[in-house]
Amino acid sequence: MAAVLPHAAAAASDAPAPRSARRGFLARLWQGKRLGAIGGLLLLFFIACALLADVVAPYGFNDISPIDRLKPPSAEHWFGTDNVGRDVLSRCLYGARLSVIIGLAAATLATLISALIGIVSGYFGGKVDLVVQRFVDAWMIFPDLVVLIVVVSVLGPGMPQIIGILGVGLGISGSRIVRSAVVSVREHLYVHAAQSIGASSLRILWKHVLPNVLPPIIVLFTTRVGTAILAESGLAFLGLGVPPPSPTWGSMLSGSGRTYMFEGPWLVLAPGLCLTAVVYATNVFGDALRDLLDPRMRGGR
Amino acid sequence: MWGYIARRLLALLPTLVLASLIVFVTVRLIPGDVIDLMLSQNDLTTGSKSREELTAALGLDQPMWRQYLTWISAIVLHGDLGTSLWQGVPVTQLLLARMPVTFELGLIALVVALAIALPIGMYSAMRQDTLGDHAARSFSIGLLAVPNFWLGTMVMVFPSIWWGWSPSVDYVPFLEDPLRNLQHLLVPGIVLGASLSAITMRMMRTMMLEVLRQDYIRTAWAKGLNERLVIARHALRNALIPVITLVGLQVPLLIGGAVIIEQIFVIPGMGLQMLEAVQQRDYPIVTGVFLLVGVAVLLINLLVDLSYGLLDPKVRMR
Repeated sequence: MAAVLPHAAAAASDAPAPRSARRGFLARLWQGKRLGAIGGLLLLFFIACALLADVVAPYGFNDISPIDRLKPPSAEHWFGTDNVGRDVLSRCLYGARLSVIIGLAAATLATLISALIGIVSGYFGGKVDLVVQRFVDAWMIFPDLVVLIVVVSVLGPGMPQIIGILGVGLGISGSRIVRSAVVSVREHLYVHAAQSIGASSLRILWKHVLPNVLPPIIVLFTTRVGTAILAESGLAFLGLGVPPPSPTWGSMLSGSGRTYMFEGPWLVLAPGLCLTAVVYATNVFGDALRDLLDPRMRGGR
Repeated sequence: MWGYIARRLLALLPTLVLASLIVFVTVRLIPGDVIDLMLSQNDLTTGSKSREELTAALGLDQPMWRQYLTWISAIVLHGDLGTSLWQGVPVTQLLLARMPVTFELGLIALVVALAIALPIGMYSAMRQDTLGDHAARSFSIGLLAVPNFWLGTMVMVFPSIWWGWSPSVDYVPFLEDPLRNLQHLLVPGIVLGASLSAITMRMMRTMMLEVLRQDYIRTAWAKGLNERLVIARHALRNALIPVITLVGLQVPLLIGGAVIIEQIFVIPGMGLQMLEAVQQRDYPIVTGVFLLVGVAVLLINLLVDLSYGLLDPKVRMR
């Protein structure tokens, strides 16, 4: 009993601590990094749009209505209609769904891969590090978009391929950032102490290294969401994205829609503004997170 | 200096080998696909050969490592990237015709980006926290988020609606009519260089601020040098090296962006060639562009490294 009580007490006193710490973090974000906080809110807004597209979209994404073709923005169609009379606002909202899914999935995969490569390469060092880093060097000379085009041309277009290759591609290049964080953590006293009392590598990595390189990994994840969304939309713009009829912001700017843009310039504005807003939001939110979470990067503005 | 360059080139070899392996493995992910395609769509070159004959003719029945060796030695020894499946012309010849166009587009984008970024970045740092500084920073962080294909599309659409003017899409070779060639490539170059200029501007400002806080700058002020001398002789050269490094790292993005820009403005460069090849499933061309882009990025980064010595006499080429 006596052995259990302090433990329970410790757990009880632990429980509220993270919550207050989190509240403190949000307050610091709002007070110190107003722009970043607004970026975060904007991201939440787009995620909400993606989740609630079925509820909030006034029309279906593929509701064709030839009478209403190429109507400029109005009370019924806030963002106007396209060449077959589909509501542009609804298509943007459904487009947010695909962008958010691809962005989050690819960024998650990329971050996991970055963390895995970065931690192994950075912690073990030596020959492993040398070989892995030469491979990363070689990988980074290829533009993401070119790799995407090649892989999609071999495997055919589709969401799993796009998420997979974006995840792997961005994951390999992002491993640099994790690696450099690990290399500096590796030399800290608490790591040497753990090594000297005979802790296994896996335990050291999990208990000591990972928690300390988490801030740059979180920042990496945030910025990767924007990068992935941008890369996917570029691919969709070239006609190699997720096949129709699913609307994506990139595909709304390309294909048959492009021919009608001179008659209906609002077709250019809506999806492009959505894209710009999301990328802007991830950029400023990522910057703010970096300033708050990663003391090493502080003052680098 | 020459010995240094030779050693640097030698050091690129492992990266080049790995890069060629990446290209090879990526494109050969599904070799069966190529054969099916040739059998179904490309009867001209396959004739009445059977599947096995075709596999053997393409060397696809060999083990992977031998296929790679055959492929890479043809490239290294003869510059042979294979033959286009559809046009029957050596890929090397096709690429050599298109490469200068992309190169010129990239160069224009780079010049435009630096011409915008360096002065504004310097101004921003020298007048930190003034209205101009805030405006420049907001502009650059905003520009960074604008996708270049959206910017390109808007440049095509809006001027034509408002003023009845749209960028020309008739490509004229530089040697034929340099002026019209530049006229055609200038707008795409600006669009392509926009995001590069945004990111370079931020870096320029950061590095300038850092350098301006150094002791030797204070000394330069203290001994009464005027602003031009302090900035140009003492601050700028020291701030430029990280900026140039960043520009080097951005080269892959520039080339990736060129693929899209060439599509929008109908510029017959490597990017457009690659997209055409992807649509026709002309894999030798896709592979060729893929590899060439990688090699180009490597060489450009070598040039970037060599330029450090010009900027900073402390950097010795050994």
